[in-house]
Amino acid sequence: MAAILLVEDDPSVRTGLELALTRQGHSVTACATGEEGLEHARARRPEIVILDVMLPGVDGFEVCRRVRRTDQMPIILLTARSDNLDVVIGLEAGADDYVIKPVEPAVLDARIRAVLRRAVGGAGDRSTYGDLVIDRGALRVSRAGADVNLTPTELRLLLELTRHPGQVLSRRHLLREVWDHGYAGDSRLVDATVQRLRAKVEADASAPAFIQTVRGFGYRFVAS
Amino acid sequence: MITGLRGRMFASFIVACLASTAFVAGIGYVLVRRAVLQRAQDAVLVETRDTLARVVPGTLADPVPDDTLRDVAQALVRPDRAVVVTAGDDTVSAGEFGVQDVPPSLVSRAEDGLYFQRVELRRAPWLVVATRVYTAGRGSSPLSVYVFASLAKERADLDGIQRALIRAGALTLLLALVLAVLLGQSVLRPLRRLGRAARALGTGDLGARVEVRGRDELADVARAFNESAASLEFTVHELRRLEAGARRFAADVSHELRTPIAAMTAVTDVLEEDAAALPADTGTAARLIAGQTRRLNALVEDLLEISRMDAGTAQLVLDEVPLADLVRECVTTRGWADQVVVEVPPDLRVRLDPRRFDVILANLIGNGLSHGAPPVRVIARSGPPRVEVRVIDQGKGIPEELLPKVFGRFFKADPARPAGQGSGLGLAIAQANAALHGGGIEAANAPGCGAVFTVWIPA
Repeated sequence: MAAILLVEDDPSVRTGLELALTRQGHSVTACATGEEGLEHARARRPEIVILDVMLPGVDGFEVCRRVRRTDQMPIILLTARSDNLDVVIGLEAGADDYVIKPVEPAVLDARIRAVLRRAVGGAGDRSTYGDLVIDRGALRVSRAGADVNLTPTELRLLLELTRHPGQVLSRRHLLREVWDHGYAGDSRLVDATVQRLRAKVEADASAPAFIQTVRGFGYRFVAS
Repeated sequence: MITGLRGRMFASFIVACLASTAFVAGIGYVLVRRAVLQRAQDAVLVETRDTLARVVPGTLADPVPDDTLRDVAQALVRPDRAVVVTAGDDTVSAGEFGVQDVPPSLVSRAEDGLYFQRVELRRAPWLVVATRVYTAGRGSSPLSVYVFASLAKERADLDGIQRALIRAGALTLLLALVLAVLLGQSVLRPLRRLGRAARALGTGDLGARVEVRGRDELADVARAFNESAASLEFTVHELRRLEAGARRFAADVSHELRTPIAAMTAVTDVLEEDAAALPADTGTAARLIAGQTRRLNALVEDLLEISRMDAGTAQLVLDEVPLADLVRECVTTRGWADQVVVEVPPDLRVRLDPRRFDVILANLIGNGLSHGAPPVRVIARSGPPRVEVRVIDQGKGIPEELLPKVFGRFFKADPARPAGQGSGLGLAIAQANAALHGGGIEAANAPGCGAVFTVWIPA
């Protein structure tokens, strides 16, 4: 039950997905171009954006980047698997997940529910790591006194990492806990989201103090 | 037996050289030897005859007086000649030899004329000349004269010539060797170059050519090789171009099919959900369309996947995962849990692309279930340098003659059998995925059970 903005240029795919998602109980606003999509995203403030990558005019990556400047709503990309690079670029642009076209509505619905899951906080639990403050009750993160705007996925990832401070979490573990993906999931989701998270919570993203990479295994949150 | 071309050339060169040198030198030596000895003999004979004519009186008294014996000996003796003169029991010898040194055959043969024989006496060559002068009235004890002329100088000369000839022979042999080597090089080097180029061509370097030098038969061969290689290169390029075109076409078609399939896939659930509420025929049609849309989708996805494999654009996204979990998840998400026995060491972690390996496992296990019979066993073991996963079903196995073909595209063991849900590309894709990992898949039959597919990747 979510307010979805669907941006897809092909009319039949758009109609098909709109129909299927509506029947699953979502309220869908569908549009055909990136410009329209950006306008709707601003005006209607959907809970989630489903975005085709190949759009005439402003393409999916650009829409993704522009949405991220102001909003942290989840974005799922619709890609073709042949475009391997698309996935990486899309994730760097700020997408939370991607699905490969043609997609079965049931699969898409599962992904929508996964990215919309609210992060599970602990009641009134508030941790301070240097200048980073994580308020699990209010689900708010601030650094040096200023609020850090995280997407729900980024927040879930940060909470999962800080729930086990000092412990190495494998990409598979994070994929399951944060994205609800199985073993066949794409570990690049984790890598890209970690990059984005570092850019937001680390003082220097190229020399991370909190979220450290453990080569060959995964990531570790260091409560310095 | 010498088999190499170089060896044979060497051998024939040397044999020919040795034979001709020996022949020429041998004839030369024999002729020279004969001439030298002839001259020496002639000199001794002439001198002996003349001296005897001068010293021996016209009529020889019988018995021969001692004086005459002594005179004859004195007249004939020289620094390199010894003389033995006998008459009856009297013997006069001048020089180192006595009558016992005269060869017996010469004693018995010596008559009026001059006789000679070459002998070896006291380790030196000698020419012994014998003659007899009969007394007046042909008495029973004539004057026998034996002249020993030394042939040491002649022998020394001949030895010198022999040594010179041997030296010349050795020199010729050396020259022949050098020539053989050079000739061998000039023949063998182009041959080696040709061999290298042919091997390079065989291993796929279609641009391999040889340099054509000179205008001999080898240059002809090199030219012929180059022409053949060029035409082969052209043909192969043409074939590749056509094949690439065909593949690109398949990829393009699949790509174009995707958008309509994406639209259809989006509504298959709608069709299926409402099928029950539709009139019977329409409901059946709706279910048919929904089912076949999924199949079409899988087929197009597989075609695109194999196109990416062919084009080399497929990429690995590696991660280190516990293999047992990966296998178990592959089985459970597809609802096969009660038909598959997983025997994977719980602590086995493998670096691989989880999505691609899942595709491999799903293909092999799915095949085992649909073409073989459950339970399908999945057994993994890690023996560096590789990790092996065997998928064994309990069916009847694959006919031996079909084993090499199972990885072919759209391969069907039984053409009469309906295609089922598979695209016919499953095993080809699985194999390409394994190859992308640097590994492979082997198909075999297990004694007592069905087919065994072994997928391995480097550990």
